[in-house]
Amino acid sequence: MFDLLGIPPQALFGQLLLGLINGSFYAMLSLGLAIIFGLLNIINFTHGAQYMMGAFVAWMLLNYLGIPYWGALILVPVIVGATGVVIERLLISRLYHLDHLYGLLLTFGLALIITGLFRNQYGISGLPYGMPSQLAGGQNLGFMFLPNYRGWVVLVSLVVCLGTWFVIEKTRLGAYLRAATENPTMVGAFGINVPRLITLTYGFGVALAAFAGVLAAPIYAVNPNMGADLIIVVFAVVVIGGMGSILGSIVTGFGLGLIEGLTRVFYPEGSAVVIFVIMAIVLLVKPAGLFGRAA
Amino acid sequence: MAANTHTLDLPAVGRPGAIGMPTHHKLIFLGFLALALVAPYVLYPVFLMKVLCFALFACAFNLLLGFGGLLSFGHAAYFGSASYVSAHAAKVWGLTPELSILTGTLAAAVLGLAIGSLAIRRQGIYFAMVTLAFAQMVFFFSVQAPFTGGEDGIQSVPRGHLFGLISMAPDRNLYFFVLAVVFAGLLIIYRIIHSPFGQVLKAIRDNEPRSVSLGYRVDRYKLAVFVLSAALAGLAGATKAIVFQLASLTDVYWTMSGEVVLMTLLGGMGTVFGPIVGAAIIVAMQNYLATFGAWVTVIQGVIFVISVLLFREGIIGVLSKWLKKPL
Amino acid sequence: MRKTGFILASLAGLLMAGAAYAQTAIKIGVLNDRSGIYADISGEGSVVAAQMAADDFGKDKGIAVEIVSADHQNKPDVGSNIARQWYDTEGVDVIADVPTSSVALAVNDITKEKNKIFLVSGAASSDLTGKACSPNTVHWTYDTWALANGTGSAMVAAGGDTWFFLTADYAFGHALERDTAAVVEAAGGKVLDTVRHPFPGQDFSSFLLQAQGSGAKVIGLANAGGDTINAIKQASEFGITQGGQSLAGLLMFVNDVHALGLDVAQGLVLTESFYWDLNDQTRAWSAKFEDKTGKKPSMIQAGVYAAVLHYLKAVEAAGGKDPAAVMAKMKEMPTDDPLFGKGVVRADGRKVHEMYLFRVKKPDQSKGEWDLYETVATIPADKAFRPLTDGGCPLVK
Repeated sequence: MFDLLGIPPQALFGQLLLGLINGSFYAMLSLGLAIIFGLLNIINFTHGAQYMMGAFVAWMLLNYLGIPYWGALILVPVIVGATGVVIERLLISRLYHLDHLYGLLLTFGLALIITGLFRNQYGISGLPYGMPSQLAGGQNLGFMFLPNYRGWVVLVSLVVCLGTWFVIEKTRLGAYLRAATENPTMVGAFGINVPRLITLTYGFGVALAAFAGVLAAPIYAVNPNMGADLIIVVFAVVVIGGMGSILGSIVTGFGLGLIEGLTRVFYPEGSAVVIFVIMAIVLLVKPAGLFGRAA
Repeated sequence: MAANTHTLDLPAVGRPGAIGMPTHHKLIFLGFLALALVAPYVLYPVFLMKVLCFALFACAFNLLLGFGGLLSFGHAAYFGSASYVSAHAAKVWGLTPELSILTGTLAAAVLGLAIGSLAIRRQGIYFAMVTLAFAQMVFFFSVQAPFTGGEDGIQSVPRGHLFGLISMAPDRNLYFFVLAVVFAGLLIIYRIIHSPFGQVLKAIRDNEPRSVSLGYRVDRYKLAVFVLSAALAGLAGATKAIVFQLASLTDVYWTMSGEVVLMTLLGGMGTVFGPIVGAAIIVAMQNYLATFGAWVTVIQGVIFVISVLLFREGIIGVLSKWLKKPL
Repeated sequence: MRKTGFILASLAGLLMAGAAYAQTAIKIGVLNDRSGIYADISGEGSVVAAQMAADDFGKDKGIAVEIVSADHQNKPDVGSNIARQWYDTEGVDVIADVPTSSVALAVNDITKEKNKIFLVSGAASSDLTGKACSPNTVHWTYDTWALANGTGSAMVAAGGDTWFFLTADYAFGHALERDTAAVVEAAGGKVLDTVRHPFPGQDFSSFLLQAQGSGAKVIGLANAGGDTINAIKQASEFGITQGGQSLAGLLMFVNDVHALGLDVAQGLVLTESFYWDLNDQTRAWSAKFEDKTGKKPSMIQAGVYAAVLHYLKAVEAAGGKDPAAVMAKMKEMPTDDPLFGKGVVRADGRKVHEMYLFRVKKPDQSKGEWDLYETVATIPADKAFRPLTDGGCPLVK
């Protein structure tokens, strides 16, 4: 068996698969951010906190109401998405006439508040969330042992991402959305309630984050800081993909997961920073991102 | 998307081409100095030095945001790397405190030149993201590099003797030295803002295409203010390392970049004195509310939200409007 | 020799205590993590333990003890700031606990500079009694050398002679890996490979896969807190232990095992210096502790209790709180407390006592919520810690 740069191909294949799994989280989170940015022109710094809320609400549903994982998968995005709607109506909607930077600062503040509240309530050591029994165990693929749950994560996130892309690019609702992104006044003139469209879009973006949070709960520790470091990486993904580009954020999310996975094999110490290096390079070479339109 | 990039609520500052300082600014500077000279006999000097360092940091940041119109989300990189270099210079090379601080400041300026020359090609949110990305790389470097001591940081940095003569070990000696450094830094910033250079900056901030058409080499001005801001942030960080005898990862972490934004926003971006007030309030809050644990984060978040929604001019900005005088 | 010293010391103590009837006021600052990853193993529990020590010492000996506490957030700058302020403006005489080595090293320096006393329980770095040792510091509960020595040599002895390290990429992780690798190699084992993961890490699957591929018999987790917990969780997900490899937690506490649950943690081998279920005395004290906090004590909390108790005895013996005199007494008097038994404080500040190698029970062996460990081996005090002369501490002549 030949080796590729000193790594046996089976091991490399396994690592790529793992990269793809991490990429699913990046893709789902950056998709939500991209949708929100596309329509609201807001960099949603709260996104990481909303992802964390997703995991916590799943835990609460299980422990306070006895609702298991499968129920949480449906309910949590609805609940957290609703809080997003409230946030948009009460706070964010006041900033549309201002510079993007204020949106960034406001959501940064919101992220601090939400994270702080959860830290006060639940401490920081993390809460246990069990694996749904239907997905326990794993498959021996020959080159690696793939836990069933990780396979499920890739599958679900692909479906969700492509579904979202389909709705936005191929349906009437998506057409309204895209039109409102280009020219809200014009779309309003056609009798479409643009503010409501905006509110629902924000709620949907938040719901996507919460959905990713539920998916993460069984494999990562559920703790208040789980979103804080991730969000910075996801920002980078969105910027690389091109702000507001739906397909760009999905492709970049999975792609960067793969690249990060490779870095973990060849230079593990650098795996935390590789995405930022790529982001800096992309921005300097192609300012609007890989899939973005030039400003 | 590009339509609303120039709606930061920034006040017009100073008369165009003003030479010399208006009387009320002189009075404020003198009042500040008088207060600062008495303070160490009333309050704990180490706490005051922390306030001073952060005041300078926030003012340096404000130079870039308030007068250059550029929101950097990675200013911790300059603050932190300068504090590492200064700590290293004092501890390993055995330099005197003033030389260590100077070395740290220079390092931050060089870093600012490198990052700035790339970052200023972008605007608005992209600029913020690029600076954030570079700051993460600096953070990564600080975790990895052997001389930074990883998460231990550089510890037990000697305070040393000023010019090799005056011992800096007693808190009050050090305090007056730090006061001198910070005050000098503030005066430099004031001079920059009110120089012809500062006027051009404001013109660029308010309308970049017009400045270009007037024949200004906009990129050079932006780079210059970026480097100045980085160097002054470095001056603050380098001084902090000597005060606390420690340079640590906290200084380069991205939350530090967020904190300095908060200080500036709260005090009033684009005002001369606002960031000082903002820094004092935030540092005092962290100090006196420390026992409340995570509530400090919540309170900071609430201040952020309130500032953005109701209070975009910041405390000094509101005061300045009320007095009808630029502060 | 030691016995005479003890008798003399006690006599001197009695005499001096008699002379100094005036009330000595002692202020102890418990500085630790109250909101972060070490809040469960130190935090408020350590404050309770310090208070229990003050109560058990007794109020009738002319020593009034006041205990204050603060959160250092695991950041050296925050910790040193608080320590400085405590010493300078609030009249704190002693700082106790301080988990997180980077913070402890900073407090160590400040304590020496201000000539106060530092009773370390939470921090692990063996540098505190090695090259960074201080005449003002006592390191009580454990250190990286003792953990590495306990777990490393025992695993090799049990046949785990090939190792793969999963190391948190920061100074503390490197130190833990270095110390353990040295022990493993000295015992005839071999380190096959090492992977350094970013700190803090979230996803360890890729590194675990590399560990799996290496074929090493033991995967040493040279990390701490949330990283260790995540790594163990994901190792169980990927079937690492079912595949015949063992996990060795190099810095783990009873609370971590409790949080993970026996399902996930079973079979894990680790070293600690205290476990609530060791003997009648530890059980009695731990029951009292549980009444006040609702949890069993960690070894760190036990160490705070024992260190504060020994300190107060030394103050009594020295007849005052002069740091040099108290430190001399602490090193001169043998220690004796219900939790760690008899022991000594060495010249370098290292407190020595027995260490224990534990294995986490299988779920069906456990009889209660906190019935988590079985004792595999007891490491005698004279073998448990780094030999006095090997640490490079300048105080050792």
